[in-house]
Amino acid sequence: MKRLLLISSLLFPLGALAADIDYTLTVKDHLFQPSEFAIPTGKKIKLVIRNQDSLPVEFESSDLSREVIVPGHGEVTIYLGPIESGTYQFFNDFNHTMQGTIVVNSASGKVN
Amino acid sequence: MLATAVILFREVLEASLIIAIVLGASRDIKGRGRWVIAGIGLGLLGAGIVAILANLASSIFSGDGQAILNAIILLGAVCMLTWHNVWMSAHGRELSAEVKAVGSDVQSGQRPMTALLVITMVAVMREGSEAVLFLWAIATSGEQSWNMVLGGLGGIIVGILVGLLLYAGLLRIPTRHFFSITSWLILLLAAGLAAQAAGFLNQVGLLPALGNGVWNTSGILNQNSLTGQLLHILVGYIARPSGIEIVFYVITFLTILILMRTYGNKPNPEVKAR
Repeated sequence: MKRLLLISSLLFPLGALAADIDYTLTVKDHLFQPSEFAIPTGKKIKLVIRNQDSLPVEFESSDLSREVIVPGHGEVTIYLGPIESGTYQFFNDFNHTMQGTIVVNSASGKVN
Repeated sequence: MLATAVILFREVLEASLIIAIVLGASRDIKGRGRWVIAGIGLGLLGAGIVAILANLASSIFSGDGQAILNAIILLGAVCMLTWHNVWMSAHGRELSAEVKAVGSDVQSGQRPMTALLVITMVAVMREGSEAVLFLWAIATSGEQSWNMVLGGLGGIIVGILVGLLLYAGLLRIPTRHFFSITSWLILLLAAGLAAQAAGFLNQVGLLPALGNGVWNTSGILNQNSLTGQLLHILVGYIARPSGIEIVFYVITFLTILILMRTYGNKPNPEVKAR
């Protein structure tokens, strides 16, 4: 798998050609960083959740029907969308004080 | 300490309520206790294995693996609940009316014992693996104290107590309403679990969302409030459902209802003769 990735990155040095748009959400000191981020309307999004704390985190969004455990010092990739414009909450099911918002609007869609 | 108690309480609550409902619904089936206890034991074992796997090989378990495992577990539970419910609606009346007089008459034939076992096993396994993972991380991370582990155990105990309360409440329902109430509970429970499974399959891209947030009732009842969460477990309440979750909910609901009506216990001498 790693070799495959290496080859494909040699063949396509422009990572921007990838169909999915990548976002990274980091968990550090019991906080989501960024706690709010914008993604384009109607696009499929790849979201990497990176947990830098030692406690596991359960990234959950009942608004988006997403639920995934990220082990301590681990990372997990999930896909979102295509989603309609609006605001969507997410939180850590293991610690409800850890919350964040995903804003979906067409303004951030100019990536394409 | 209180925070861990709350987390573990939430994890245990779902399994506890599901077990209370199936225990209540099968109260007239002899020997169900052993099967349910075996199911809990196997579920705990499975939870431990999943938690260890997650710690050892977090990459295998990451993202898609978790979601697919959850979807399989949930759909397995839905099938078993369907079987249980259809069986109970076909034999429930015989069980409560005749067997008490005749003794162990209905012991023969295929009883939904495997269903009881599998339902309790998967309920414990799904919630238990998260609980084990979390407690394990607290116990080994060093930055947390044993106080938190104690809090977690307290949360587990309270979660089990709520299940016992529901069970005791179910037993107080008068016999003539009992089967219809418990089978409706299981019907709604199964439909809710199917909707959750649809969410997981959509998460890994195996199913289309068919629209995120077809409606939004967060303002009326937030899904993350205690009431919202209880209703989410019991009847599958989703404040902001996706299209595919609604489709799964409705299809499961109608399928079980039709099966129950088809195989249900009609006042028909042929059925009794069997």
